[in-house]
Order: sequence, then structure tokens, then C-alpha cells
Amino acid sequence: MLDAKIPAGKLEEKWNNYKGHCKLVNPANKRKLEIIVVGTGLAGASAAATLGELGYKVKAFCFQDSARRAHSIAAQGGINAAKNYQNDGDSVFRLFYDTIKGGDYRAREANVHRLAEVSVNIIDQCVAQGVPFAREYGGLLNNRSFGGTQVKRTFYAAGQTGQQLLIGAYQAMERQVALGNVEMFSRHEMLDVVVIDGKARGIIARDLVSGKLERYFGHAVVLCTGGYGNVFYLSTNAMGSNATAVWKAHKKGAFFGNPCMTQIHPTCIPVSGDHQSKLTLMSESLRNDGRIWVPKKKEETRRANDIPEEERDYYLERRYPAFGNLVPRDVASRAAKERCDAGYGVGTTKQAVYLDFKYNLINKYGRTEASKQGIHNPDQETLIRLGKEVVKEEYGNLFDMYEKITGENPYEVPMRIYPAVHYTMGGLWVDYELMTSVKGLYCLGEANFSDHGANRLGASALMQGLADGYFVIPYTIGNYLADEIAVKPIPTTHEAFEAAEAHVSERINTLMNIQGTESVESFHKRLGKIMWEKCGMARNEKGLKEAIVEIRALREEFWKNVRVPGEINEMNPELDKANRVADFLELGELMCMDALDRRESCGGHFREESQTEEGEALRHDDEFMYVSVWNYKGDESWEMLKEPLNYEVIQPTQRNYK
Amino acid sequence: MEHYNMNLTLKVWKQKNSQSAGRFETYQVKDVSSEMSFLEMFDVLNEQLIHEGKEPIAFDHDCREGICGTCSMYINGRPHGPWHGTTTCQLHMRAFKDGDTIVVEPWRAKAFPVIKDLMVDRSAFDRIIQAGGYISVNTGVTIDGNAIPVNRDNAEKSFAAAACIGCGACVAACKNSSAMLFLSAKVSHLALLPQGEIERKKRALDMVAQMDKEGFGSCTNTGACEAVCPKEIEITNIARLNREYLSAGLSADK
Repeated sequence: MLDAKIPAGKLEEKWNNYKGHCKLVNPANKRKLEIIVVGTGLAGASAAATLGELGYKVKAFCFQDSARRAHSIAAQGGINAAKNYQNDGDSVFRLFYDTIKGGDYRAREANVHRLAEVSVNIIDQCVAQGVPFAREYGGLLNNRSFGGTQVKRTFYAAGQTGQQLLIGAYQAMERQVALGNVEMFSRHEMLDVVVIDGKARGIIARDLVSGKLERYFGHAVVLCTGGYGNVFYLSTNAMGSNATAVWKAHKKGAFFGNPCMTQIHPTCIPVSGDHQSKLTLMSESLRNDGRIWVPKKKEETRRANDIPEEERDYYLERRYPAFGNLVPRDVASRAAKERCDAGYGVGTTKQAVYLDFKYNLINKYGRTEASKQGIHNPDQETLIRLGKEVVKEEYGNLFDMYEKITGENPYEVPMRIYPAVHYTMGGLWVDYELMTSVKGLYCLGEANFSDHGANRLGASALMQGLADGYFVIPYTIGNYLADEIAVKPIPTTHEAFEAAEAHVSERINTLMNIQGTESVESFHKRLGKIMWEKCGMARNEKGLKEAIVEIRALREEFWKNVRVPGEINEMNPELDKANRVADFLELGELMCMDALDRRESCGGHFREESQTEEGEALRHDDEFMYVSVWNYKGDESWEMLKEPLNYEVIQPTQRNYK
Repeated sequence: MEHYNMNLTLKVWKQKNSQSAGRFETYQVKDVSSEMSFLEMFDVLNEQLIHEGKEPIAFDHDCREGICGTCSMYINGRPHGPWHGTTTCQLHMRAFKDGDTIVVEPWRAKAFPVIKDLMVDRSAFDRIIQAGGYISVNTGVTIDGNAIPVNRDNAEKSFAAAACIGCGACVAACKNSSAMLFLSAKVSHLALLPQGEIERKKRALDMVAQMDKEGFGSCTNTGACEAVCPKEIEITNIARLNREYLSAGLSADK
């Protein structure tokens, strides 16, 4: 039933062999084939642009007011690629190996190797488009390091790499819009997939301005709709980020892979009060130069700058001398939680640790600058002044953002940070061709489960989104569409379109007619609290069982007592939100079920029952070396299938960053 | 940081849709924490309105990190409010004090029609990009990234212009509703890089033509755009655009 369609042959030859043998569609036929792309982040915009360039007729949809605002825009630190421009020992194999290991051996070897192979093409592509990456004085591309690696392979544009890459992809797509190859539908939200004779043939979308439901046909449908971190209410995702498209697809037969695999990012600005609507990330790149510490004394009352060096516990450097502050995200997050739970947290809530730049600002940047400028024996003040200038260039926008939110100046006092929900490794199950279990329905980028296993490494999300969109789907979708050239566009009066639209319409009517007393927001907050407490950074059997019961009750209450103001046929943000939260209330339960099933710890999934003596995640490869693949059976019930992970090249071991 | 609570009076523009006339509505908001963001204050107000059985206020917002460019409130006569170099979503209530009256309007420009309340239609910006805001390369180029060296100074200037988030504050601030800062940021981003050289003339001419078609006004160099730009895009970009446009106009073949 589950066939990942991984090509035969040696790992490093699979992708080339696939490309050499997959079916092709000739240019005249491409013009007759229509493709729907939902979502215009890095994966969606790059896919729509490239498929348009190839000559397919593309329709692209986004719920934002412009394609350029998709949440990829907010990615900060960088994008990985195995260019080895730094001559520090990098290679395709190393990037592949680091990603598999970083993912705690729960990703597919063949997919990850392909990702590492095409990573180098992404950089070339983006440079050609005019993405203004950071450069050395000699005019060549610069790199920085990220967590879980010992090389410098991350390309960046200050703290705005996602923005620059997305604008590159957006511009490429707008060029295709101008050429008539891509038709763009902004402020449109997909609310169902239309499946005819077992194949995806279109979508039902709602025009968010008029509120009208619309039907669109496609020979294939490509979902690039991002992750589902907003199940937790508070996360680093944008307010509108949602799981509705993938959830509708799931209910139409697309399997869901590893729903419990969520990434908690270690460096975010801590929660300040009940009014909080979202959390803000401070890029992992800051761990290049920031040192993380807590006071050695419990209940410390002195201010950070007044605590002498010998009374500080640089706990990551202490526990993981080899990787230090650059351990992977799951490890860093758990270590922060451990210190705070043990009573060493800082700030008013005691749920925070320090991220301190002073040491590197003075000793690394200050001294280098002084030496460059020929200043001998510089005093402390000069070093701080010179160091600040360099730090400003590297991370200026992040420091400004921190100051605006907290009112504190991070050049003077250490940042206070705490882990927050950031990314979901789980997503729709896809095969090697990125096709879901529904024929002709594809899923790209964060929305699929494929490349990051149980934990994603920093700067790899941008890499995967663009790899899928620019370099994978253009080949794999052709292999499917080659057999569809005889299929004439199906009129949207077809009964499957009628039925799908009626179903969507009925649900919207139901939501509007409840007219209860509680707002959508209040239900979302309550769901988030259950998820964070019982399916967050640490999970256990008892908590997960309770969470499932609580979520079911909350869902029932939602459908009885939610209040959605306004009307259907108008711009109604509360209704948009109600549609999304209703889906989160179902997905949250599946996440808990998956977390309950996986009685091991791996990557971001930490089961308290399964840890080493030192508190590290303890995997059980003998029992859990599989992808959990959930098949929706209707009536809120699922069956779980298993895709075994067969490693041919890498030998899984206990991850060690010491 | 000293935290405090405040009571505020809000005068907010309410408009059902693009066809109907709008008006100001007055709201009282109590116990607003100085730690809230401006949009979180609106969240609190909307929750209150929903509980009272009233219509919440529609406003555009998404990332709440100052990078997506969605949020767009005209606060006390200034796009994005009183803080320099800051989007509405990054503005925090520390900027206000107890008893303040705050007036909030949508962006006002012919090319940005109101959709509802504080939401406007900025698709004209997308069409300006479609007119030439790109480098015409298809996916699959095979030249190595480092085969195109870029002078670091130019790369930095290009990046500074490319940091534009397309929010439209420049248009909202301009008495002529000109889109010159937005357009010049894109032209500068691409013209400063060797990759952008080949289409340089055509790009400047075509994008300006599209801007005029969309109904944006002319630039009279008042500098209001630069003063309110949340990403601090410099007005020197407009000077660069004018040079590009002039030299393209003088030397173009068509």
C-alpha cells in the first residue's frame, strides 16, 4: 500500500538516474496541461515560476494580499548549500550526513541525498536572479555556521535571508504572470481538493474579499502551504499560517506522515503576558557569536552584567564541548528547559536564559577590527565600539527587533530567550516524487514530511523549499503528466466539484449559525495551552492521553458555542480564522495520537519515559525505525501504516555532540 | 523597563466595503499593557467587540515581525505610527500614555482602494513588479554563483534597497500618492548588480509606465516617503531611478 518509489541503484546515482529515465512532456502538450499551485512561499513561488517557464498553464493561490507576503519571508539566518567555498571540508556527502544525523535518523536517505545534491544549484539560481547575498571584500559569496554542523556552509543576507530568497522567487513568478503562463489568485483560500476517479483534479477556493466559493480545475494539484505550528497558538509562525489545505487533502485520502514531529526553536523572545499573540524568533545565526548562560546560583537577583564570569554557567559549552553553542535546536531547547525547570531561569518569569554577545563582540570582532585599523593595545571602550559596528552589520535588524519588542538594548545587556514552537517536520506523506497518496496531488516544502526526520537543522528549510520547487517537482510532475496529455480539462460543473463545493458551503453555514458566546481566538488559545503543556517539549503517556480527551471535549464545545460575527459573503477575517481553528482542533488530536504511539525519544519528539542517564533523547531503532503514516478512515478515526526506514549508507548511532 | 497600564480612546475608520462610504467610530479600551504590541491592543479590542455582539475591526496583518509588509495602519496622521523605522506590528504600546486618543485610518490613495475598514488593495504593487521588477533568467542556470563577483559596496547598497517590504507606507505618506520610493527601491536593487545590467533600461521605462497607469501620483521630492519608511529605504534611490530613467529614455531604441 505504501510505496515510496525510491529509485534503485547507488544512493549518489539515484537522482541522476531518475532524471535520465523519467517520462517527459513535449512543449506542445505542456501548454494543454493545467497545474494548480496552492501557497506562494519559497516552495510554491519557485514551483509556479519554474512550471510556468516550462510552458505549463499554472494557477497559483495564496490567502495573503500578495504572493510576496508568504511566511517564508520571515526566515532570518540563511540557507545551506554544499558549495565548500570556505575550503573547510564540506561536500554533498557531509551535508547529507549532517541532515540525516541532525534529523536523528528518521528521514529517508534517498530524499536527503537528493536535497544535498541540488543545494548547490539553488545558490547559483538565486545569484542569477539577483538575490543580494552577503559578500566578502573580494566580491565572492560569504558564509556563516549554523547548528549541528562543523563547517561554514550557510549563505545569508543579513538577518533577512528568507525575505531575499522569497522576493527572488516571487519576482520570477511575477515574470511568468506577465507572460501569461501563471495566473495569480491572491486573497484566495483553498478549502477542499476535488478528486475524480482517484486523481486530484482541482480545488474549491474561497475568494476572501467577496466570500464567494469558486471552483478551479487542474490536471494536477501542488500544495505548498507550509507547516502547522499554529496548532500551538503561540509560535513563530505568521498569524495566518494554517493547516487547512493539507488537512482537507488528508481527509480526501492523502496520508499524514509523522504528525508529532514538531520543532521547538531554542532562541525566541520569551512570553511577556496573556495578551501575547505570537512569538518572535531570534535567528539561530546569533549562536555563532552569542554565548548562552544562566547564573550558577538559584534565585539570582543581580542583573546580568553584574554577575561575574566565574558565577555564570555556560551550560551548552559545558555539556557539549565539541559543538558548544551550536548544538542542534532540539538539544539546545531541552537544555534551556532543563536549566529553567531546575530553578536557574532568569527574568521576571524565570522562564528564560541569557544569550550574550559581549565576549565575541569584544574579543572576536573588536580585536579583528582594531587590528585591521592598525590600533595597537586598544582599550576596552575602543574594542566595544569597533565590535558593535561589525555586529550591527551582521545582525542589526535582529537587534533592533529585540529592542522594539522588549525595550532593552541587546548591545548593552544580554538577550533573554526561551524556546518556542517554530517548525513542523511532519506533514503530508509523499513519495520520492513528492506525490501524496492521492494520485496527481503533490506536496512540497514544510507542508510535506519528507527531509528533516525528527529534527530540522537550521538553514535547511529554505534549502528544502527551493529544492522542491525549483529542482524536484519540474521533473517528477512531468513523469505523471506524461500520461495525462489526453485528458481534456474537466468542466467544473462535474458532480465531484458540485459535491465538494456543497460540502464546504455547508460547513461555513454551520459555523456561522452556531452564534455561541466564545470567540474563535479563545478556543485557539485553549487548544494551544493543551498542546504546549502535553505535546510540547516533553511528552509522556499520561499527559498525551489526557490531551486527547481534552481536545475532543474542546472540539465539541467549539462546534456548539463558537461565535463568528459578520456575514458569509463579505471580507470576514473571523470566519477565515474559524475555518482554520476547526481544522487545528482535529490535527491537534492526531499529533497527540502519533506522539503516544512513538514510545521513544528522537529529535524534537521527547518522551520522558525514554531518555539516557544524562537526559538525552533515547531512540529505539529496533522498534521505531519507521515513518508513522496516518490514513484517515472517516468519523474521526485513523489507521496507522508504517514506512520502514532502510538505511543503506549511514549507520544510525546515538547522536553525540559532545 | 517600567511596565504600566493605560486607558485609551480609539477613533477608527470603519467602512463596510469598497462601494460604501466610511466613517470614524469611537472605542474605549481599558487596561492596555505597555508591553503589548499595537496590534495586540487591537486583538484585545476585537475580542471585547465580539463578546459585546458587535462587529470587530478588519485590519491586515500576518507575520507580526515587521517583515511581511502586510500591516498598514495610518496612526495619528503617520503611516505605521510614531516610531521611526518601525512597522505597525512592531510598534508597542510604550509609545503611548494613559488617556491618549489615537486615530487610526487605512492607507489613503487612489491606487489603493479600501476593501474593508483598515484593509486596502495593494495589488497595483504586484503589477508594477510584473512590468519588469525581475531579472529574466529561467530555472536551471549552470554558471557557478561565485562566477559573478559583486563589489561588496554595491552588494550592500543593493541589499539595502531590496529590504523594501512593499507595505505602501511611502504611498500613504506622500501628498501626491506617488509610488516612487517603492519603484526606485526595486530598480536600484537590480541596477546595482551585474546580473541586472542587461535589462536595466527597459526595466526603468516599463516600471514607470506601469506606475503611471495604476494612478499613482508624481514625485515632487518632499521626502515624506523616506521619513516614514519602516525599512529606512533612502530617497537617494529615487535619484538613482531618475538617472536610470533619463538615460534609458535618451538612449533606448524604441
